[in-house]
Amino acid sequence: MKTLHVNLLIIGGGPAGLAAAYGAYQAGERDILIVERDNRLGGILNQCIHNGFGLHRFKEELSGPEYAQRYIDMLKDTSVKVLSDTMVLDLSSNKVATISSFENGLMKVEAKAVILAMGCRERSRGAISTPGDRVAGIYTAGAAQKYCNIDGYLVGKRIVILGSGDIGLIMARRMTLEGAKVLADVELCPYSNGLARNIAQCLNDFDIPLYLSYTVTDIIADKDHKRVSKVVISKVDEKRNPIPGSEISFDCDTLLLSVGLIPENELSKKAGVRLDRRTKGAIVKDNLETSIEGIFACGNVLQVHDLVDNVSAEGEKAGRSAAEYIKEGEKVSATVSSLPGEGLGYLCPQILRKEGSEENVDLFFRVRTPLKQSVLEVYGDGKLLKRIPKIRLVPSEMESVRLKRSELAGLKEVSVVAKEVTR
Amino acid sequence: MKYDVTIIGAGITGSCIAFELSKYDLSVLVLEKENDVSMKTTKANSAIIHAGYDPKPGTKMARLNVLGSKLTKENAAWMNFHYKQIGSLVIGNKEKDGELIDALFDRGVKNGVEGLKVLKTREEIEAIGEKNLAPDVNYALFAPTAAICSPWEMALAYISNAVVNGVTLKRNCPVTGIHKEGDTFTLKTPEGDFESEYVINCAGVDADDVDSMVEKKAFTIKAVKGEYYLLDKDQGDLVHHVIFQTPSKVGKGVLVSPTVHGNLIVGPNAQGHDDKEEVRNTSAGLADVRTKAVRSVPSVNFFDNVRNFAGNRATIEDYDDFYIEESKTCPHFLNFAGIKSPGLSSGPAFGKEAVVMLKKDGLVFHEKKDYKRYSLPTFVKEMKEEDKEKLIATNPHYARIICRCETISEGEILAALHSPVPATTIDGVKRRTNAGMGRCQGGFCGPKVFDILKEELHLPFDHIYQDREGSQVVVSQTKENRE
Repeated sequence: MKTLHVNLLIIGGGPAGLAAAYGAYQAGERDILIVERDNRLGGILNQCIHNGFGLHRFKEELSGPEYAQRYIDMLKDTSVKVLSDTMVLDLSSNKVATISSFENGLMKVEAKAVILAMGCRERSRGAISTPGDRVAGIYTAGAAQKYCNIDGYLVGKRIVILGSGDIGLIMARRMTLEGAKVLADVELCPYSNGLARNIAQCLNDFDIPLYLSYTVTDIIADKDHKRVSKVVISKVDEKRNPIPGSEISFDCDTLLLSVGLIPENELSKKAGVRLDRRTKGAIVKDNLETSIEGIFACGNVLQVHDLVDNVSAEGEKAGRSAAEYIKEGEKVSATVSSLPGEGLGYLCPQILRKEGSEENVDLFFRVRTPLKQSVLEVYGDGKLLKRIPKIRLVPSEMESVRLKRSELAGLKEVSVVAKEVTR
Repeated sequence: MKYDVTIIGAGITGSCIAFELSKYDLSVLVLEKENDVSMKTTKANSAIIHAGYDPKPGTKMARLNVLGSKLTKENAAWMNFHYKQIGSLVIGNKEKDGELIDALFDRGVKNGVEGLKVLKTREEIEAIGEKNLAPDVNYALFAPTAAICSPWEMALAYISNAVVNGVTLKRNCPVTGIHKEGDTFTLKTPEGDFESEYVINCAGVDADDVDSMVEKKAFTIKAVKGEYYLLDKDQGDLVHHVIFQTPSKVGKGVLVSPTVHGNLIVGPNAQGHDDKEEVRNTSAGLADVRTKAVRSVPSVNFFDNVRNFAGNRATIEDYDDFYIEESKTCPHFLNFAGIKSPGLSSGPAFGKEAVVMLKKDGLVFHEKKDYKRYSLPTFVKEMKEEDKEKLIATNPHYARIICRCETISEGEILAALHSPVPATTIDGVKRRTNAGMGRCQGGFCGPKVFDILKEELHLPFDHIYQDREGSQVVVSQTKENRE
C-alpha cells in the first residue's frame, strides 16, 4: 500500500478543518494535507445557503457557501494539499491513517501531527425512541436540508418539526419559502434550543407556532403504510413525561427532527483518544491537544458550537498548536484541571497548562438551563478568582471566560459556576 | 405456461422452499406482494437461530427447528450470509427457575439438541464470559448450537440461489384470487393470471386470507407484535451469548443479544392485535421491553439506541405447532402457516419438508445437472487488506465510501442494484449492503443512495422509494430545480 508522509494531517475539510489548515499555515507550517470525504471542501456550510455567517470573523453577513469560500480562498496558492472524495477509514495512536478514495484506492498517511475536524452528526429518531409507525416522511432536518439545497428536492408538503435546534428552525423557514406548510415546531424543553435570532426570523416572521414543553408521542401512517399521515404531540410535565389528554394531532406528510448534534468521534476512539462524557468530544488541553500527543481536535467534533465563527477561531488555534508541536515537539507543563460547576453542561478545554505560548486561556461552556440576570463565577481550588455579571444565559449560546495563564500558578483545579442573581 | 409449483410469499419460508425446489428440474414461480423479499416478519424479529430445546418434543416445530438450525449453519458457510454460532443461555435463579431450566434441558435432549449443558453456579456462567448479568443469576441452560444471523440476508441468499437456478420471482405481485379447475390452479394478480399445478402458501401473517381463496378458512392467523431496541455498537459486547430469560406464567421474557453486525438487540414483548399490517412502536411496549431487559442485564444503556422496530409473529391461537398441512378440501394446495418462532431457525427444513410433501402428492423430482451456487458478496470492510486492495484495483468504486457509519462503499451499493434479486429502494439497498443501518440511520448516506438509485436505475425522483412501493423519499422539486 502506498504511503504518504506529511507533517500535518487534517481530517475533515469543513469550517474547522479549513481554519485549522489556515492557522497552521499562518504559523509557518507548509506541509499540510486536508482529507475530506465529500467531493468539495466546506462541509455542512455548503448546504447552509441562508445568511448570518461571519459577523464575528469577517464583520460581514455571509451565506454558508460564501463563508466556506473565504477560507478556501485564503488557502488558495498555498502549499496546503487537499484530497477530497476521500474517507479516513482508520487512525492509529501513532498517527498513521488509512484513507480510501475512488481516485487513489487505499493509502496510508503517516503524519507528525493530526487534527481531528470530523464535525458532528444529527441525532436520529432512534436516539430519542419516538414511538409510532416507521414509514417514509421522517428525516433529520439536515438530511432534508441537503435534499433541498444541494439536490433540489422537497421531502414533503405539510411539515411538523420536532426540536428547536438551529437547523430545524432554518428548515422551517426554508420549507415555507419553497411552498411547503410548516404546521408546528415542537420543543421538549420549556425554552427553545435555537438562537434567538432564528426563532424570530424563522418562526415568528412566518407565523409558525412553537410548542414549548411538547413532544411527539405518535407518528401515524396512511392506510397503505407508506408515509406519515399524522403526527401527534403531547404536553410534557416537569419530568418530561407526556401528559395524557394533552394531545394535539396534525395532518401532515413529514416530520423533521432537529433534536441535537453528537460529535462524530468514531475515528478518535479507534486512535484511543479519551473522550469527555459531557461533550462527547475529546478531552483536550488548552492548546486543543487530545490525550494522545500530537493529535489535536477542533470544531464540532470537539464540542458542538453555536456559531461557525467560533468553530473557525478554534480551528485556527488547533492549527497553530499543531504547527508549534511539529516545530518544537511536545512541551511539558504542569496542568490544572477545569471542571464544570453548578449550572454548566460542560467545560472545554478540560486541562489547562500552566505554561504555554499564549498569554490567555479561554474556557468554553454552555449553561444547562436558561438563566435570567446572573453571574459567572470562576473558582481556583475553591477560591473565587473572577465574577462576571450576565444579563442572561441560554443553553443555545456557547459562552466563554478568559483567564490569564499566570492566574493558574499554584492551582490544582479551576471550576466555573453560573447562577441567577437573586435580588 | 403452467408452472409446476407456485409459492405465495417471499419471506424466509417461501425463499427457503424456492431454494430447495430450484435444485430440481421444475418450473417454479414465487409471487411476492411487496416490492422486495423479506418485507414482513422476516425482517423484524430477534435474528436468532434457536438451538431447538424450546418446542414440545414430537411436534413438527421441534423436528424442523433442530434440522433447520443445522442446515442454516451449513448454508451460511457457502451462501455467505452473516451467521455466528455464539450459543445461548436461558438464565435464572436456581431457587426460582431451577426446575424449569432443568425441564428445558430434558426437552432439548429429547429433541436431539446437541451440546446442552446446565450451568449450576454463577462462576460457571461468568467463566463463559457473561459478567454483566443481574446479580441473582446463578443457574442457566447453555445451548452452544444457538446462533445469531441476519434474517433478511438469509432470505435474500436463498431466493437469489433460487433465481440463479431458474425460479421466477415476481415482486409487487399480490395474489388477489385463486381458482382451481381440474388439476390447474389459476392465480389472479395485477400482472395477469398464472397457472400452476401446485400452490404453496407461505404468506406469513396473511396466510389465512390466502388459504381462504381456495377453501373455507382452515385456520386464523393472529398477529402478535414484538417490539425491539437496536443499540449502538458501544453496547455490542455487553453480552456474548443470546441471553434469554426463564419463561414464566406471565410470558417468555425478553432477550438481550449481540447482533451479527456488532450491535446489541433487546426485545421483544408480545402484544396480540387485529391489524396484521400494523408494526408500530408504542411507548408502553418499549417501556415494557426496557423494564424486562434490565432484569437480565441491568447495565443496558438505552440512551445508546440506534433504532426501534417491531414485527408481527404469525400465530394460530391454541395451536402450538407450525401449521404445515395440505388442504383437506383442495388437493395440491399446501399451507406453511403459523410460522412463528422458531420459523427463521427452521427455514431450510421447510424446503426439505415441502419436497417430501410434494413427492407424496405425485410431483416428480429430477435433480438439475447444471445447478449453480450463488454466494452473497462479502462486505468490503470485512475483507482482508490484500483482498480489499485487489478488489479496489479492479473496481475503484469499492474505495468510495457512501455510508460513513457502517463503512459501505459505492461499489457494494452498485453491486446490490445489479444482483440476482436487485435492490430497488433505499431500504432495499440497506438490507443488502448495510448502508444506512448505522448510528446516523441514513441521515448522511440517504441522499447519496437516492442519487445512486436515480442515476443507475434511471428512475425519476418521484419513483425513488424509501421502502414500500409508493413510499416516496422526496415529493417535488424545488423552485430552482423546476426552472
